[in-house]
Amino acid sequence: MAANNIKHALFCAVITLVISYPILGLNLVADGAVVYLEGATTFTVVSVFLAAVVVFLFQLFRDDIMARLGFISRLNPLSGRDPMPQQKRAKLESWVLTGIIVLALFWPFFVSRGSVDLATLVLIYIMLALGLNVVVGLAGLLDLGYVAFYAVGAYTFALLSQYAGFSFWMALPIGACLAALFGLVLGFPVLRLRGDYLAIVTLGFGEIIRILLNNWTNLTGGPNGIGGIPEPTLFGMEFGRRIKEEGNTSFHETLGIAYASEHKVIFLYLIALVLAVITGLIIRRFMRMPVGRAWEALREDEIAARSLGLSRTAVKLSAFTIGAFFAGFAGTVFASKQGFISPESFVFLESAIVLAIVVLGGMGSQIGVILAAIAVTILPELAREFSDYRMLVFGAAMVLMMVWRPQGLLPMRRIHIELGKQG
Amino acid sequence: MLEVKNLSMRFGGLLAVDQVSVDVKEREIVSIIGPNGAGKTTVFNCLSGFYKPSGGQILFEGKEIQGKPDYKISRMGMVRTFQHVRLFGNMTVVENLLVAQHRHVNTNLIAGLLKTPDYRRREKQSLERARYWLDRVGLLEVANREAGNLAYGQQRRLEIARCMVTEPKLLMLDEPAAGLNPAETKELDYLIVSLKEDYNVSVLLIEHDMSLVMGISDRINVISQGRPLASGTPEEVRQNDDVIKAYLGEA
Repeated sequence: MAANNIKHALFCAVITLVISYPILGLNLVADGAVVYLEGATTFTVVSVFLAAVVVFLFQLFRDDIMARLGFISRLNPLSGRDPMPQQKRAKLESWVLTGIIVLALFWPFFVSRGSVDLATLVLIYIMLALGLNVVVGLAGLLDLGYVAFYAVGAYTFALLSQYAGFSFWMALPIGACLAALFGLVLGFPVLRLRGDYLAIVTLGFGEIIRILLNNWTNLTGGPNGIGGIPEPTLFGMEFGRRIKEEGNTSFHETLGIAYASEHKVIFLYLIALVLAVITGLIIRRFMRMPVGRAWEALREDEIAARSLGLSRTAVKLSAFTIGAFFAGFAGTVFASKQGFISPESFVFLESAIVLAIVVLGGMGSQIGVILAAIAVTILPELAREFSDYRMLVFGAAMVLMMVWRPQGLLPMRRIHIELGKQG
Repeated sequence: MLEVKNLSMRFGGLLAVDQVSVDVKEREIVSIIGPNGAGKTTVFNCLSGFYKPSGGQILFEGKEIQGKPDYKISRMGMVRTFQHVRLFGNMTVVENLLVAQHRHVNTNLIAGLLKTPDYRRREKQSLERARYWLDRVGLLEVANREAGNLAYGQQRRLEIARCMVTEPKLLMLDEPAAGLNPAETKELDYLIVSLKEDYNVSVLLIEHDMSLVMGISDRINVISQGRPLASGTPEEVRQNDDVIKAYLGEA
């Protein structure tokens, strides 16, 4: 044991040094046009070496330490309990969910404007992730270009409002349907592809949309983007201080309350919340319907599914179309929230983050995906102080997650189907 | 019911199936036997639409089906199982049976979202049919277990049940007894005969287990190296010299 462990521990310590010394121990200093390297403070260098020593010691005595840590799980008084019966659990779950949604409805009136804004972003990511969950989690089609449909939804609203003066409520269904149409169009060429090949083609599709938006300057304004996208109105009431469009009234004057900039933010949050809940409920129904079972069957075994009379074309296209539809939804809300969009918002990293949410949450599991969306969006905000190392922390969290819970936060549970005793 | 005339399948330079003819009448169990690599499964793949045959004609209830897509053939009432069990492993046993009834349920998305009466009625029927077949193959106890966790024999039975809920006219079984112990093979024997007797299903069977084949087949086709060698009743085949030389003698 010993010799092997020492070798391994030494290796780990050296890797720690190799990775962390250049990152932390060397500083790039810009002096006018000249850039030169400078050693960091003694304190940093010492810490780096200390870290290496800690890694060395931990790896050396890892078996011992891990064995000692085993008792932690026994401290949890709930760990030995029998699982709840299915029906009771389902009931409890629906009560808890209703409670959370009600809380979420009233929550924005008591917190700061910044958190409501962040929460709206979380809800947009929840919509995106729920939609991608259909394509990746249920139908098993790895889609790396999902952000394209998000972009289609956002740009549809932006263009319609700029050229035709459409309001948010008119653009919402159009944006979603147009995104769905793009999903259908992408679906056709990739029908025969699976796995890696599918991933590459969808990745390409995502880039095509982004580059198209970037270069079609006459229509989309190219990299300058489109600004002045209107906010949603409530029955013709605007939330700005002054009315922008004729025929509308303003919210604070109609209700006779003082103008507050929070109204607008809270209203957007509520719209996003309602849309996210609708998205969740609709997809939840789909999962229990023939179409949802067909998606999963196709993921499990395409050949067997075809031999039972499932049309690969119909099943794959429906997954792509429905996934894209909800991305279009999210895109329209996003455009309205930002008031300004440019191709910058729809880069591959966005696709990757949404995919990471689905994988972290547990493929196919709605609650897991929602939790992961919250975690992935909020963590980087909380970690703002370490802004330099944000991506590093994010990556580390991801790696740890995959090591300890490769099935995701809350893996998908099968629905229990009660069969009558005698028919 | 099923007439296969001079079926050929060529993969590049290899003629895997050469001028094979099979026919299956209503309520008949017909077996295809032959040494390993004789092309039996290739014949199945051509019949079920996974391959497009290079030559010959396949008539199912008088209609030409060669070259049709697999799912359409399946919807006409010709359903197959596979040599290696192909279940939807992460789905529960009931869900496996519900997926198979796609043809019978209301797949309209709006109807499903609104739970229209027609949608509910058909869902109920398909659940009822699933319950019936689970009971029939003795899997009612494990209805909500994941299919991938079942014992091998149970998986085989589930695969047959999954075909039967589609209400096929012709069932094609590819080595259903492979990997089963003698007791399970005996059970399978009764099950296949009962499918014919009680549910009026014709069966086309590929099998290596001679006692099973000889016991239940009405007629047997022997192929060797892609070519038809003999056909007839079990008695005739058993006494055919070519067959003994090519197959039974070596075994």
